[in-house]
Amino acid sequence: MSVRHGTIGLSEEQAALLESASKFCRDKSSIEAVRRLIDDELGHDPAVFEEMAELGWLGIAIPEAYRGAGLELAEVVPVVEQMGRNLMAGPFLSTTLAAQAVLCAGTEAQKSQVLPELVAGTPAALALMEPHADWDPKNIGCQAVRGEKGIELSGTKVLVTDAGVAKWIVASVVYEGSPALVLLDAEAITACKRRRETVVDETRRSFQLGLDGVSVAEDALLDVSLVPAALERTELAGSLLGSAEMCGGGVGCIDSTVAYLIDRKQFGRPIGSYQALKHPTVDAHLGIEQARSHVYAAAHTFENGREGEIAVRMAKAHAGPALAFAADRAIQFHGGFGFTYECDAQLYRRRALWCENQHGDALYHRQKLASLIL
Amino acid sequence: MSSPSKRERDEYRAEASAWFEENVPAQPDFMLPLTFMEVGTDDQFHFLCDWQNRVYEAGYLGAAWPKEYGGGGLDQAFQDIATEQMRRHGSPIMLNTIGLSWAGPLILDMGTHEQRERYIKGILSAEDIWCQGFSEPDHGSDLGNAQTRAVRDGDEWVINGTKIWTTHGNYAKYMILLARSIPDTPNKYAGLSFFLSPMRVPGIEAIPIRKLTGEYGFTETFFTDARIPGDSLIGEEGQGWAVAMRTLEYERSARGGQAGGLSIKVPDAEEVVDLARRARRSGRPAIEDPVVRDKLVELLIEDRGLGLCGARQRLAPLNQERPFSLGLSSKLMQTEFIRRLNEFAISMQGARAAYYVGDPDAIDDGTSQRSYLNAFSATIGGGTSQIQANIVAEHVLGLPKS
Repeated sequence: MSVRHGTIGLSEEQAALLESASKFCRDKSSIEAVRRLIDDELGHDPAVFEEMAELGWLGIAIPEAYRGAGLELAEVVPVVEQMGRNLMAGPFLSTTLAAQAVLCAGTEAQKSQVLPELVAGTPAALALMEPHADWDPKNIGCQAVRGEKGIELSGTKVLVTDAGVAKWIVASVVYEGSPALVLLDAEAITACKRRRETVVDETRRSFQLGLDGVSVAEDALLDVSLVPAALERTELAGSLLGSAEMCGGGVGCIDSTVAYLIDRKQFGRPIGSYQALKHPTVDAHLGIEQARSHVYAAAHTFENGREGEIAVRMAKAHAGPALAFAADRAIQFHGGFGFTYECDAQLYRRRALWCENQHGDALYHRQKLASLIL
Repeated sequence: MSSPSKRERDEYRAEASAWFEENVPAQPDFMLPLTFMEVGTDDQFHFLCDWQNRVYEAGYLGAAWPKEYGGGGLDQAFQDIATEQMRRHGSPIMLNTIGLSWAGPLILDMGTHEQRERYIKGILSAEDIWCQGFSEPDHGSDLGNAQTRAVRDGDEWVINGTKIWTTHGNYAKYMILLARSIPDTPNKYAGLSFFLSPMRVPGIEAIPIRKLTGEYGFTETFFTDARIPGDSLIGEEGQGWAVAMRTLEYERSARGGQAGGLSIKVPDAEEVVDLARRARRSGRPAIEDPVVRDKLVELLIEDRGLGLCGARQRLAPLNQERPFSLGLSSKLMQTEFIRRLNEFAISMQGARAAYYVGDPDAIDDGTSQRSYLNAFSATIGGGTSQIQANIVAEHVLGLPKS
């Protein structure tokens, strides 16, 4: 197949979820609620997260055997997109990605124990990043060694989203010279040295995890033979959902900017009538439109091996700069108000900075694409 | 009509592929135009008329147009396959694009039965070449202000005024003409009428204009008491603006129903990648340069994204909030992309980027250079990119008029 052409499709379930998530997220995550949760230590509303679990959204891409709906990540895309659109907070993305890692590399016992819990609304998190700040998930410094107390861990994980509420954390370590994934239960998580990080996107809750002195039982290791595939899949799943969240954010950002451009008057005219403002707004809108096409194509092809990888990396490489541009111009076009904390434009720009740097930025994905398609 | 099965499409594709393989003419000893807008010599004109006619006779043009007017009566999917095969087999462009892609669909859409019978077959067979009289020397982007006059005189209309950028003005038999038949209306749009005008009548003179590439292809067209038949109107008198807007939807591909066929040959993104393997910068293949690689990937992402936007238009739930967004923006996005793609193709060529068409050392005979300069015809013609941006801003985003 030519590198020029992707394929796009939309399942009935995707369309239905798009509609219900659109309404749900709008109702549950007004901009006032977003602002209130920024100042809240927990950072999200547990009742809303519980409702999402009741709606079955945490089990969308989990097989029925583990009490999920047995669909694919493609069906999670519209939910995350609509969360992004409303800047909705909470451990939905972290829990979904952790579940995918367990599903991909977990032992049968781990899957049977953990997945139904996550589907039911127990928050979980992924701990992959380390202080070296390399996105390559196989570049791991944290160690796991067999010792007196079982598997003894050491090293530091950073930028672990939602580690404050997670009851399960999937962390990458090196075990017997190979990349491994280890499942930390609530007890192990409590034993970690945790520090809440100050991050650019204030709707997020992110933590540093010190693993020194923490040990887990041997059966906390995921199936080592499946770990390389799981790490790759996690990166792609995170990129797909992160792109969906950015597309949603882009639509929200453009809608709010357009409303301001219509409402705000200078020199006796709405400022949106000036082409110096309207043309870049069109550019921003079209950037997001293209990103959205990429994201739904990536969702559609996600399970198709190399084609899926190409589609996902393209989506992430396009969505990041597209949201960054939309939000950057949103700040500028709000004038003096845009420079204030009160103006919502900053929320989108900070969101863009956060998402762009999860699971690889645009340049990282373009470099991967260069080897894949050139 | 149910959409054709994969087997039907595959069979049709195989037939079309075999036909074009066999029939695409060899390169003549003169340069062929890259697009329908650069037909400047009689040799080019006759060669391309003949080729379009053969493609039509073989059934690969207007395949989805109604049978009763000369089309093939097939599903649109078949024409799309045929058009793709033209591209794959290096077919020269279809000369009569203004007839095939905008006048023809307009006549099928808004014309009378008699008008369809009179014009459609000639459009497909290239017997009747069409041109478009919209822009005027003083009214380009402000099309609604067109001042060419049409005055009713007995059984005829008398036309006076000047049109410009008339592609095929010196070859066309007919023109889709926007003219003012009611002067001094309070609303400038209300005075306009739309005509299917013959070109070969006394009082019409088309003077070729030379383009930035050095080629010809369009004219400035002068009307001096030119008399055209009274039944030349399409739509009612005074409704010319609505007909013109519909025409522009066809021209900008915001509305389907075109006869199909290749109308431009521009290097696509994959050909630019191929060029990057052949072109050399700083003593090595351009494709080994990490900056070039990054830029190529960026362009391939955008190229695919544009195709996906076209495909996404058919998925209604993904277009609910701003349903006209993708349709109204496709011309803007596509034409600007092609311009930048060609500009980048030149930039990879190192010092040889300085050559132009005709020099024996020019890469691919200067195609990138010529394509880049020609790309402005699409970013300007049919409404400039800046006008397109206004349209998207106002009709998609709901921003106030400028």
